[in-house]
Formats: sequence, structure tokens, C-alpha cells
Amino acid sequence: MGQRETTMQDEDLARFLANYRPPAGVADELMQGEGRLRPVWAEFIRRLAVEPPQALAQRFAAGNQYLGDAGVFFRQHTATGSTESGWPLSHIPVLISQEEWAGVSAGLVERADLLEQVMADLYGPANLVRDGKLPAELVAQNPEWLHQMVGLKPKSGHFLHHLAFEIGRSPDGSWFVLGDRTQAPSGAGFALENRMATTRMFSDFHPSANVERLAGFFRGFRDALNGLRENRDGRVAILTPGLHTDTYFEHAYIARYLGFMLLEGAELRTDGDRMSVQTTHGPVPVDVLWRRLDSRSTDPLEFDDASAIGTPGLAAALRAGQMTMVNALGSGVLESRAFMAFMPQIARHLLGKPLSIPNIATWWCGQPKERAYVRDNLERMLIGPAQSTRLPFDIDASTTLGGNLRENADQAVRAWIDRDGATLVGQEAVTLSTTPAMIDGTLAARPMVVRVFAARTPNGWTIMPGGYARIGRTSDPTALGMQSGGSVADVWIVSDKPVAPDTLTGDLDDGTFSRRLPALLPARAADNLFWLGRYAERAETVVRLLRAYHLRQSEYGGDKLLISEALESYLESFGVDTGEPVPVALMQLFDAACGCAGMVRDRFSPDGWMALTDLSKTAHDMASQVTAGNDAARAMSDLLRKIAGFHGLVHENMFRFDGWRFLTLGAAIERSGQMARLLSVFGEKTGPVGGYDLAVEVGDSVMTHRRRYSVATNRNTVIDLLALDGDNPRSLLFQVDRIKQAEERLSRGQVNRPLGDAARKILALRTALAVARPSNLTAARLDEIHQELIEISNAVSQQYFG
Amino acid sequence: MLYNVKLRISYTYETSADSHRTLLRMLPRTLPYQSLIQGVIEADPLPSRRRDGVDFFGNPTTDLSHDMALSQLSFQFRGRVRRSEPFAGLDLSSKFFDLPRDIAAYRDIGPDSPHHFIAASPRVPMEKEITAFARSVVNENMSTLTAARALSTALHDTFDFDPTATDVSTPPIEAFRNRRGVCQDITHVMIAGLRGIGIPAGYVSGFLRTVPPEGQARLEGADAMHAWVRCWCGPEIGWFEVDPTNAIDVGTDHITVAFGRDYSDVAPAKGSLRSQGSHKTSHVVDVVPVDETASRI
Repeated sequence: MGQRETTMQDEDLARFLANYRPPAGVADELMQGEGRLRPVWAEFIRRLAVEPPQALAQRFAAGNQYLGDAGVFFRQHTATGSTESGWPLSHIPVLISQEEWAGVSAGLVERADLLEQVMADLYGPANLVRDGKLPAELVAQNPEWLHQMVGLKPKSGHFLHHLAFEIGRSPDGSWFVLGDRTQAPSGAGFALENRMATTRMFSDFHPSANVERLAGFFRGFRDALNGLRENRDGRVAILTPGLHTDTYFEHAYIARYLGFMLLEGAELRTDGDRMSVQTTHGPVPVDVLWRRLDSRSTDPLEFDDASAIGTPGLAAALRAGQMTMVNALGSGVLESRAFMAFMPQIARHLLGKPLSIPNIATWWCGQPKERAYVRDNLERMLIGPAQSTRLPFDIDASTTLGGNLRENADQAVRAWIDRDGATLVGQEAVTLSTTPAMIDGTLAARPMVVRVFAARTPNGWTIMPGGYARIGRTSDPTALGMQSGGSVADVWIVSDKPVAPDTLTGDLDDGTFSRRLPALLPARAADNLFWLGRYAERAETVVRLLRAYHLRQSEYGGDKLLISEALESYLESFGVDTGEPVPVALMQLFDAACGCAGMVRDRFSPDGWMALTDLSKTAHDMASQVTAGNDAARAMSDLLRKIAGFHGLVHENMFRFDGWRFLTLGAAIERSGQMARLLSVFGEKTGPVGGYDLAVEVGDSVMTHRRRYSVATNRNTVIDLLALDGDNPRSLLFQVDRIKQAEERLSRGQVNRPLGDAARKILALRTALAVARPSNLTAARLDEIHQELIEISNAVSQQYFG
Repeated sequence: MLYNVKLRISYTYETSADSHRTLLRMLPRTLPYQSLIQGVIEADPLPSRRRDGVDFFGNPTTDLSHDMALSQLSFQFRGRVRRSEPFAGLDLSSKFFDLPRDIAAYRDIGPDSPHHFIAASPRVPMEKEITAFARSVVNENMSTLTAARALSTALHDTFDFDPTATDVSTPPIEAFRNRRGVCQDITHVMIAGLRGIGIPAGYVSGFLRTVPPEGQARLEGADAMHAWVRCWCGPEIGWFEVDPTNAIDVGTDHITVAFGRDYSDVAPAKGSLRSQGSHKTSHVVDVVPVDETASRI
């Protein structure tokens, strides 16, 4: 390496950092003053500096591509509702040296242990209150302190198992805690997704960069939760508020990643005092619940009786000592801003020393001295509700930044503090460190906080070596939240020494492996997959009918054919208004399919999900552009191709687990039912002219009919091909065979038991079709068959989803 | 006084639900001035499981599960309770203006701590209008007890007892604005008012004797479960109970079932059923004094 090369690198670096100007008076992650790079960043940033802008853009695109393909999203709330938005990744990770991180980790472990002690005291003897270390009213009036849980000792021996901390860096370079997330912290899964994205973006650099792996942290926590089960029959489940939560994606992602069930409260039952979940193979005990919803929503009998997402009897099950809740109900009490004011003295009291990592300086205005201090130092205070659990920089209508007050307004704030002191806190308006973010093609310094995760294992707390950083959109530290346009970045903990690759299984790459038994399928998930199959299939039927309708319209124009009128009224039975080129009823079917798939994101391939949402989006986009006739017919053909793509993904790529079988069962029942109806209306001699051809066309069998029969369509050929031909995937017999096979596999393991209700009905129909001749299948008989299929569907629902 | 008490709560469901879980608070408490001589809680049909317990505030609870399809479900308490005068001493309550200091000095979060009863609770939000009303009927020189009685009387005078005006979920402010409602509404309004002026206040559920002593008027609220207010009057006398529906101090005509911050802590039957459709509820209460001088009952 010559002198010249080094100089060129320096020139590149200077150009790369031309616009990188950290504000005065704050710490910066990248620079340590006088334009010198921190050693931990040096190699990484020099690598980026020498790359042409297009190469960098390609890297970022690879990250976005990954997140898009994986279906990572978050829910963006707006005035009119909420939508799913793309994941706002800030592509440049935050690099922190392993040595520095070890100190942060030790401090956070100490804090986690302290929080556990406080929690045990507040739900036990309450000595902290009696000894004057914590004002009684701040506990008693904290909406997250749940009197219902007082005196309950958790089965696992611990209240807290999974925590997150929001940390920031002071101007002097030291770290401090801005908030404790103790209720049901989210984000660990997002940290993992960020990591997946950055490893792809920097795939040439990352493996040799000594970045600490995250898998070990998750493996440790997974094993710890599995270890809390009563026995091997019991399950660990993630309890989610459901689809409409901001972080549902993460719940589904973590469940899939760790192999835990994903459940909603309504799926849980208390049989005796052991909780169980209804699966397609009967109730299965749930011994550990990792909850992702607030305590007060968990049990309408004991807490918020308006909660529709809770499980009645859950608190009683905990009291009976039959289950572990992660974290214990009522743990949200530790999140209140006011507690921050007392943590330093609680630490001195309980640990005999000050906190290793301080938390944000906080003064509770319920005390005269503190109130006076806040009044006198308004300009550097954030003033807000004492019981709020929001982070200090989440400025909202109820929080005021003292320094931002207009002239004279400070008098009003002082009066406010005097009047409502007991309900207010002042928190120091901290300055946060800045870190590089690529903004409009140039590297800029933006404020950041890091969310760090802690997990309890049998060996004590472990801290995730990494986490996710939130990066401000502007240099204003109050706009860090994603809801206000902030972005997130991966955090790399960089070691001096090589870091070995790691995976969730922890297996060495020596060819050994273990095969886990297939996971049990919760009844609700099975139900959703079944209906996903039905809705997708029904949508396809409607699309085929609409295409047939518009083809005839475009051929014959204004002259109404009898067959067109028959089609109109037939489509009406689906709620379809043929006056609309892309009918609302069709879009509703796609939406219903997406709704079902959305409920089972943890069990459905990301590709399948993308294909389905793309279908729905395409149909909605078409609605405003497509005109009746030929244009609509072409649009329907486009939709059919996309539907075929969805079927392809499901049938070529989806593992044949029970979930797939329910999807198949739903699709086959729908397809055969639709065929029976179609034939009963259009396969009759007395039906409208052109009915036979229509049936063959909608049954996608025009070519086959031409090849197989030397004659034009007649009743016998149509019924033979579309009802009784076991080789035609559109025929009734073929689909009933599919139903039979799927159901037989579902009820396997019950060989010596009598046939179930569903199996009995399926076998009867299968046998009847096998021996039928076209002349037996009159319109009346076809209507009967349609009815029998409805009964089969009901029997499946009752047997497996009940 | 000795009473025979019966309470029956029945539900009928339009569509049969397949699983029910019910948490009952129907058993009268044992207190220095009240003893439960005998009492039994029964469900019809018989439950699949039952667990009896005591909640944070010391109220007896009964947790019942029915794992069966039901179109009707009823719960009944039958028992005998002896009740004496809760308080008959001098008014040693703190001066109204000393109360904040007394509360601040109370370093405890046990069930009787005034700290649970001074701020908004699930069913009783703080309401400026109610606070203003309360402030208008008290003055700073009153004892806490006098202030509480003044508010009780003022509410009684202004409220019309009207079971048709409200239901079990009516917010206090709505009942207050209409000046109509039943014991639950008046109790919630009075709690909001007391807390608004800095007096810790809670909810008491219980019974009133159904038939008045000879020559006296029948008390309001005896046909169903009754509700009244308890307020914290300082460290000397602690909790004191007032019945604003009848503007009287609580005495031997009352039987205490449960204490809480508001109705949500003491609802006699909290249920959940997994079904759609509406249901109907009925309450029947019978509180009959026992003539202890008679040879047989």
C-alpha cells in the first residue's frame, strides 16, 4: 500500500464527510472532536467513502429489497385511520465498541435487577413506601399499579423477564437511561429484521467486521421461556392484541422465529386453572405467556371489563400458580416518569451505591423543594404528567418544553406547576448524541437514542449485543419517533476479536440436526387458513364469471343475450353488480382473503402474503381505470394470472403442514361447491342458450373438451368433464378427492376411531360421485350436492375450529 | 340487629353461550360492627368449578365457571347477618384544611390507605362541575365529617331518585347534570365531589332493610342492592360511611357487602360469556329483620 493510496482515501473521506457537521455541545458517535473518526467506525466509514454513489445506492436498495420481501411494516396512525407503511430503515448502522458496550451492559443488568426488587416490593411488603423512599400516592395513583395483583408471588420466582431500556449519550460521552420499558416491550424482533437487512447491505464487509451476533440472545431467551413450562406438554405462546396493533408484524415475526404459538386472548381458555388453547387436535396447555398487550387488557373479569381482547380467568390462573406471565401483570407501574425521580435514592437504599448508569434527571413537583427547582429552571425542563409512561422526548399536547415558551407564557407554566404540582414532573431537557444518517445523498449528523433489550435466563440477565437506534428526521431531538417521521438503524457492537457465526439453533455445521415434531395448529389459525382458501377460490370464480360476461358484452355490444342476463342474475347471487367493471363485491372478497391471511402471518409465507396483497391492490387500482367490455375482460385475465401466481406459491412452496391442509380443504370445498351451482344453473337443457359453453369456459376446460369429445358441447359431455372426470382438476370428483385426502391427513393418528362427522359426509359424497353417470346428476341432484358441501364445510368447522 | 338476607341475580340469554366465567362479590363482609353468622352462595345450574377468595380490599369473592351451554344462569346468596352501629363517638375527624397534610403523612399503600381513594378511578373521573358543586356546600372551617354530611345532604336534596334515568354504566357527570338516578349514581357523584375537594372517598355496596320499623318511612334503594359512600376523615377516626341516597349516616339499617374505589371494584356479579346476542338481568333482594324475642322463626 503506497502513500498515494492513503492520500486518495483521505480525499474520499473528506468528500464523504463534507456535510457531516455535528452540532456544537453534543457528543457524536462517529467523530471524537477535531474531525477525527472514532476507531470503531474508521474501517467501515472509509470503505463507504471510496465507493461511488451508485454502489452505495445499490447497497441501500438491497436492504430495502430485503425488508420489502420479508413484509416488514409498521402501522402509521393518521387522522383518518391507520395504514401499513414501509419500514423506515436508516441504512447506516450505529457502531459501538464491544469494550464500551460491556460497561453499558453491566449497568443495565444492575438496573434490571433493581427494577425486579422494586417490583417485588410494590406487589409485596411495600417497604419502599413505608420507608419514605417512594411517595405512596405515586404508587396508589399509578394506573398500572394493579391492586388485584398485590400479594401474588410469580410462579417463576421473578416478576420481570424481558425488558427494554431507552438510552442516550450525554455531551460528556457517558450514557444515561431515558426510560424503562417494563410492561411489554416491543422491538426485539425489529432489531433482528434490521440486522437481516444490514447483513445483506454490507454482506462483503459484515462477516469480517467482528460484529457481535444477535442469535445467541434470542436462543438464550427462547430456552429460558421453554424452561419455565410445567412439562414438555405445555407450550409457550406470545399473546398479541391482534392484527390492528402497531407491532403485530413483530409479534408474528418473533413467534415464527422462536417457534412459539401466536395467540389472541379469545383463543385461551381456563380449564381448571391451567390455561389451554384450542388446537385442531384438541386443547393444549399453555404454561408460559409472553404478553404483548397491556396488563389491564388481559382479563375483563378483574381489570378493564370493557376489554374485548382479554381472557376471563387469566388473573385467577396466575393466582393459582399454574402459569408464568412474561412480564408479571402490573409491571407497567415501573414505566412512569415520576419513578425516575426516585430511582437514584432507591438505588442507594437497596444497592448501597449510586446507579452505574444514571437516568434522566427528574423532579416530581409534588415535593416543595423539587417544585421550586423546576419553577426556577423552566428553560431547561420538559414538564409533563407525572404518571405518563411516554419517553421524555415524546412531546405531546400534555408535555411542554420549558425552553420553547414564548415570552410571558412561562408565568402561566409556573402557575400550572403550583396548582397541579403533584401530577407533574420536570425532566431535564437532555441533549442527545448525533450519528450519521444518509439524507438526500449526503451524510448528516442526526440525534439518536438506542433501545436495548434485556432477557432473563437461568444465569441472570443478558443484554442483547445491539438493539435498534431511533434516528431523528431533523436535528430536533423531539422528532425521534417513527410516528413523527423518524427512522430506525441497526446497532453494531464491534469487537477487537473475531466473532464466530451463530444461529438460533446453535448447531455446529457438522451435519447433525434434530427434527422437531410438527407444531400444533391453533384452531383460530386453522379457521383463518380455511377461509383464506375459500375466499381466494370464490374470488377466482367471480373473476372467471366476470370475464365471461364482459367477453360476451364486447362481442355482442348492446344486444342483450339471454345468457348475459342469466349471468347478470347469477353474479348477483355473489353480490356483484355487473354495472361496475371491477365490482365492489369482488374487491371485498380479495380484502376478506387478505384479512384471513393477515391473521396468520406467523404461519403464512411472506411471498404468499405479498402475492395476495398485490392481488388486492391491483383490483383496487383497476377499479378506477377499467371500463366495461373488452377492457374489463382483459383486466380479469390479468387478475386470473395473478391468482394463478398465488396458487403456485401456495402449492409449490408451502410446506405440507396441517395449516396448508386447511387452506386446501377450504379451496376445494369452495371450488366444488361453485362447480355444482354452476352446473345446476347452466348445465341444464332448459337453461339459457350458450349455457354449456359458458360452463366449460368458466370451468377452464375449453381445450380439453375440444380434444376429448368429437362433438359440440351437450349436457352429457359437460357433466362428464366438469363433474365426473377424475383427471380434470376443475371437476367435482377431482375436488372431492382433494377434500377427502386433506381431511384424512388431518384426522390421522385416529386410525381405530370411528369416522368423524366430516369424514363420513365426505366419503358418502365421494362414493356417490364415483358411481354416478351424467344422467344421474340432474339440476336437483347438483343442488343437493351443493348443500352437502355446505354441510361438509360446517362439519369441518365444528370438528376442528370449535 | 339480626337480619335474614337473600340476594338473587338471574340472567337469561337470547342465544345460548357455551362458556361462562363469573366473579361474584355477594357475601357480606365481616367487620368490627358486622358479623356473618351463616351464609351460602349458590349457582343454578351448578358450576363446573368454584374458587372462593378475598380480594385486595378484603371483600369475599367467588369465582365460578360454567363449561356448558346455558340459556339462563342465576346466583343466590342466603344468610344471616348481625349488624351493630358502626360509629357513635365524637366527631374527631380532621379539620377539612388539615386533611392534605394527614394524607401526605400516610406512608402506606395497604387496602385502607387513603391514597387509593383520592384520585380518579375507573368509573369516577374527576369532574370540574361536580367539584364546584361540592365546594359550594362546604367551607374550610368544617370538620371533614361535617363537610361529607353537608355534601350528602345537598346531593340528596337536589337529586331525584329515578331508576329509569340511568343504567349501570351511566357516567357520574351525566347523572349529575340531570340530577337523576339511583343509589349507584348518587354515590359516584358524591365520591367525585369529595375527591374533588380533597377528601378520600370510596364506594360501599350492600343491603338496606326492606321493611322499615313501624311508623317509619321505607328507605329508598331497598329493592335492589344498595350503595353508599365511605370517606376518610383523618387518622383519628379513619373511614366513615354516609348514605347520600337517604342523607343519613350509615347505621344498623345497612349491611355492608364490599368496599372499593367505585362500582368497578365491587360489582356483585362480573361475568363474561362467549356468545353473541343480548341478555336480561334481574335482581331480587330480601332483607328481613329477625325478631330475636320470638321463640321460633
